[in-house]
Amino acid sequence: MTLLEVNDLAVEFTTAEGIVQAVKGIDFAVARGQTLGIVGESGSGKSVTSLAVMGLHRGAKVTGSVRFEGTELIGAPDETVRRLRGRRMAMVFQDALTALHPYFTIGDQIAEAHREHHGSSRKESWARAVEVLGDVGIPEPARRAGEYPHQFSGGMRQRAMIALALSCEPDLIIADEPTTALDVTVQAQVLDLLMRLKDERGLGIIVITHDLGVIARVADEVLVMYGGAAVEQAGAERLFTAPRHPYTRGLLESLPRLDAADGEPLHAIPGNPPSLLAPPAGCVFHPRCPVYAAADTGQRELCTAARPPLRLLADGHRNACVRSEETT
Amino acid sequence: MTTRQDTITDGPLLEVRDLGMTFPVPRGGLRRAAGIKAVDGVSFGVSPGETLGLVGESGCGKSTTGRMLVRLLDPTAGRVDFQGEDITRISQRALRPLRSRMQIIFQDPFASLNPRQTVQQIISAPLRAQGTAAAVIRREVRDLVGLVGLAPEHLERYPHQFSGGQAQRIGIARALATRPALVVADEPVSALDVSIQAQIVGLMERLQRELGVAYVFIAHDLAVVKHISHRVAVMYLGRIVEIGDKEEVYDRPAHPYTKALLSAVPLPDPAAERVRERIVLLGDPPSPANPPAGCTFHPRCPKAQDICGSETPLLRISGAGQRQVACHFPEN
Repeated sequence: MTLLEVNDLAVEFTTAEGIVQAVKGIDFAVARGQTLGIVGESGSGKSVTSLAVMGLHRGAKVTGSVRFEGTELIGAPDETVRRLRGRRMAMVFQDALTALHPYFTIGDQIAEAHREHHGSSRKESWARAVEVLGDVGIPEPARRAGEYPHQFSGGMRQRAMIALALSCEPDLIIADEPTTALDVTVQAQVLDLLMRLKDERGLGIIVITHDLGVIARVADEVLVMYGGAAVEQAGAERLFTAPRHPYTRGLLESLPRLDAADGEPLHAIPGNPPSLLAPPAGCVFHPRCPVYAAADTGQRELCTAARPPLRLLADGHRNACVRSEETT
Repeated sequence: MTTRQDTITDGPLLEVRDLGMTFPVPRGGLRRAAGIKAVDGVSFGVSPGETLGLVGESGCGKSTTGRMLVRLLDPTAGRVDFQGEDITRISQRALRPLRSRMQIIFQDPFASLNPRQTVQQIISAPLRAQGTAAAVIRREVRDLVGLVGLAPEHLERYPHQFSGGQAQRIGIARALATRPALVVADEPVSALDVSIQAQIVGLMERLQRELGVAYVFIAHDLAVVKHISHRVAVMYLGRIVEIGDKEEVYDRPAHPYTKALLSAVPLPDPAAERVRERIVLLGDPPSPANPPAGCTFHPRCPKAQDICGSETPLLRISGAGQRQVACHFPEN
């Protein structure tokens, strides 16, 4: 069952230097019990997308459609969005130390969220806070609930953030770089926790990350973003074994891997990511694209004329490269 | 460009013995704490032209070790011999000529480049400090920007006009200006996007081939370290727990921590991830302010026995090669 459906979502910021098109018309959907991975480098628009879905972009122009179980959120009254946010869809941020308030105990912060959304009593909400802290694997939750964020280790803080997100029993969790600040052994624990919660509670999860390894571990479906646009979307296995877009392929080839044979060279993508103030015409990737570079002048127009939309290939695999048939 | 190889005599370029760093803890309450042992009894060598990878999680002491190698921090124990000379106890003045032969690159290129200086000024600074003639400096700097893949017109620009990857190239050019024999690179690619990371790793490898420079490459990313290193040292809570040739450490890890660490790194391969055997360690790395007794890894170790909680294991040769491991029960 589809929980969240996003169509033609675009986000624009007005800055002193001009208009920034941070996200340009992207589509995706998330079902219960499914994990969607959104992967991209800095400036790709992946975090902006998640904030737009949560209705957390003040001052930005957000267009398109975001429907949560059929309810349209774009242009909806603040009250409608607020009732869903936190209670039905919750967010886990990268930096738990910034996201949690340093002056209040962990238990207080979770209890407050619960009271806000459920109108529960202090006693009930505190009991709920202790319960969810236990659910995410915090030892001695009754005692730890009375501690402050600085008394928690990085991994524990991230668990506490997940507990905060879970406290109102949401159906959808958006996790934006949830393990980027963590050490690799702790990252493994937090990813396992997210996957266990998804399976046990049938949550829909969106994981936003730059780390292709994290995507491979948790995602069922993957959306690859570059320069504010979606360039490829496919089931996780298919994306990693048969990537079609030159950017996805380039990204995978530039990645040092633990399972690589010795002496296998890395193939860097030349150049730098585009400026969103003055993005390249047509396909945003074309200035760095090997297919474009190898093409004849006549064929190059295909890449520069208009921004290519995602087109369905087969089995739900979608690719935005107009030259995709030649790049396989 | 000539390499520095010819000026190096046989034997290791860098020899580190029992290096230790204890940071004093500010007086609080009635007693003075013993101090935090950030690095404890670290020993290794680096040969000319090779890359030693130093890996471990946050707080393991890898960056502190790197800073001591170039004397940005004064060690509280042990010694560092560079090209056969003990540099641990010599004065800052005596250290100056040595600085041209050992350099450091930092993680955040913007934080380590002066925002008010042009690229020309930044890259030429080490040469000016060595008293190089102005005409030579101009020529050298032009060579250096070309060497790291920047253009001559970049010389008059300021750091904020560059992307992260380009700024790191400037940091590398500055580090190489005096043709050092050793560069300590502290997380040089961790702030960069994957596609840019590969450019910088490739650049560092090419520079090593062309200039014969040795690297101590400090990083938490095990895949990057595997790619660039010849030998690897794994640190945990201030100590080296395993050190050896890259192939041995990565393909046949002997320390349970190395094994767990490698198994925790997600592979960009969903099919392999599903069937992969993972050792999930419990808890977080302990605080160096209050390290566990015996082997500091024992509270998280799946193989721990009684002796591990009381006796600290020393680094010993394990297996056929030169790999050393500090474990009472190493893997075979």
